[in-house]
Amino acid sequence: MIPINDALVLSAILFVIGAFGVFLRRNVITVFMCVELMLNAVNLSFVAFSRSLGTLDGQILVFFVMTVAAAEAAVGLAIIMALQRHKETLDVDSFNLMKW
Amino acid sequence: MSPFVEELLIATAKCGLVIFVMLNLFSVMTYIERRTLAFMQFRLGPNRTGPLGILQPAADGIKLFFKEELMPADADRWLFFGAPAVAIAAAFLSVAVVPYGPPFTLFGRELQIQIADLNVGILYIFAITSLGVYGLVLAGWSANNKYSLLGALRSSAQMFSYELALGLSWVGLIMAAGSFRINDIVDHQAGWFHHWNAFRHPIAFIVYFIAATAEVSRIPFDLPEGESELVAGFHTEYSSMKFGLIQMAEYVNMISVAVLATHLFLGGWHPGIPGVASVGAPGFLWFTLKVGAILFVFIWLRGTLPRFRYDQLMDFGWKVLIPVVTVNVFLTAGLILAGVPL
Amino acid sequence: MPIDLVLFYVLGAVAIAASVAMIAQRNPIYSAFALIATLCALAAIYGLLGSPFIAVLQIVVYAGAIMVLFLFVLMLLSVRPEEGPSRSKSLKVAAGALVLVFAAQVTSVVTAAARGTGSATFDASTRQMALKLFSPEFTYTFLATAILILAALVGAVVLAKK
Repeated sequence: MIPINDALVLSAILFVIGAFGVFLRRNVITVFMCVELMLNAVNLSFVAFSRSLGTLDGQILVFFVMTVAAAEAAVGLAIIMALQRHKETLDVDSFNLMKW
Repeated sequence: MSPFVEELLIATAKCGLVIFVMLNLFSVMTYIERRTLAFMQFRLGPNRTGPLGILQPAADGIKLFFKEELMPADADRWLFFGAPAVAIAAAFLSVAVVPYGPPFTLFGRELQIQIADLNVGILYIFAITSLGVYGLVLAGWSANNKYSLLGALRSSAQMFSYELALGLSWVGLIMAAGSFRINDIVDHQAGWFHHWNAFRHPIAFIVYFIAATAEVSRIPFDLPEGESELVAGFHTEYSSMKFGLIQMAEYVNMISVAVLATHLFLGGWHPGIPGVASVGAPGFLWFTLKVGAILFVFIWLRGTLPRFRYDQLMDFGWKVLIPVVTVNVFLTAGLILAGVPL
Repeated sequence: MPIDLVLFYVLGAVAIAASVAMIAQRNPIYSAFALIATLCALAAIYGLLGSPFIAVLQIVVYAGAIMVLFLFVLMLLSVRPEEGPSRSKSLKVAAGALVLVFAAQVTSVVTAAARGTGSATFDASTRQMALKLFSPEFTYTFLATAILILAALVGAVVLAKK
């Protein structure tokens, strides 16, 4: 059997790695992938807590989080494709039209 | 010996046996396919190497082994080497949860040639088919070649379009058997042969067969790798053993799909006549006969039909198969609720 | 040490190593494959935590659909490895310190309560999941998610058109 606290610590580590990736990377798609990693870390947290409390609410929430993540990935990538067509680059720093 | 070590040894033996049988079956299938196709086309096929050409697969293997390993100049090394590995890994992963015969008793233990009897067996197979796309995509992208990339994109689009129809065709069976375990679905079909899911869920069977033919890129759905289109599709730049691995992955996929069709729709190891033995050695015989029949139909299709054009293929998958199988799901659910014994 | 505990630590190490590889790789396609490895390791961990349905769903939805979408977009946009200067050193150090502090905070809060290995009678089979999912408790959420997916489908097609 898996100690629940260990699973939660793993979830925190993965979340933090994802957050660091969002700070660090310049390619929009890589930043998006780091966001997906953060979502997965939170899913792991949900599943661990669901096991700890003995109810299935956490797992149903994971189901919905996955679905929403899929929808978000589809729309986000479509936006990125539209941006790339417009600006010919995928560098995060170059999308600064709204900067003063 | 502790029970854990015993289980580990049995599991290792099963793995070894299944992989050994699959590899040999792959080479035997290549020979049988070429001979059968040849007879269908009114010619003889390979009949020179060894008596009746039996040693042809060995000759092919030796030839492939000694061919020059080419890699295009700007190809991505890691991905180029990794693609056949990913393809064969996905092919063999789905082999792990399928039973290859009925339960039998050996030295007082009840065994079955099934590496992992998962509670979510069918869902796992669905998951592994969706991982099968990566082999193609990697192979096409890493070769740094327009034809390869186009072939890979077409091939993977075809794969995951027909995957949906494949998965949905199983939903009716799962509802009828009440379980995701493959053994449960097989045992649901015991008794007379009209219990087989091919007769009780005919639409699902037809959709499954068409979707499975498309999934393993067999004719009439083999445009992505047809010899006369796009050079050779996603495996244009592969030679020697990497090409051999990709072919192996394809044949193992085909055998997997045939075995799955037998378990899900044709009653697995049940003979269809109650009273005839269905466990132990006779069960193996019925199972092998059914798998052989389905493989023969795959070869027959290859010898008979022309191939679909790409847009016809995609149209057919999305505009015909998926609505039909969705209606089948609703129909099956309605019939089960109404109490019809499906 | 029981085998599932060993497997959990091995898979956890694989997940962490793959995610570090993902943020460190210059080539986005290698990052995508590292993320696929992380997702598969996580799916196996869900299986170890007694949730087979979520484990399979993770492979089908995340590793099998979302990452294929990512790879397709990366290939169609012909993304090359990142050129140009990466972030300045002081920014990397500051970000690293921030995330480490955050991790320490979360870990200390979460491990304050001893949770053991979870409840013994935990039935997360597909049947129980389905009973819960289609129960009146989650009906609105389910229907709203269906409409969300429809909206995302239409939105993605419209946004990606030329």
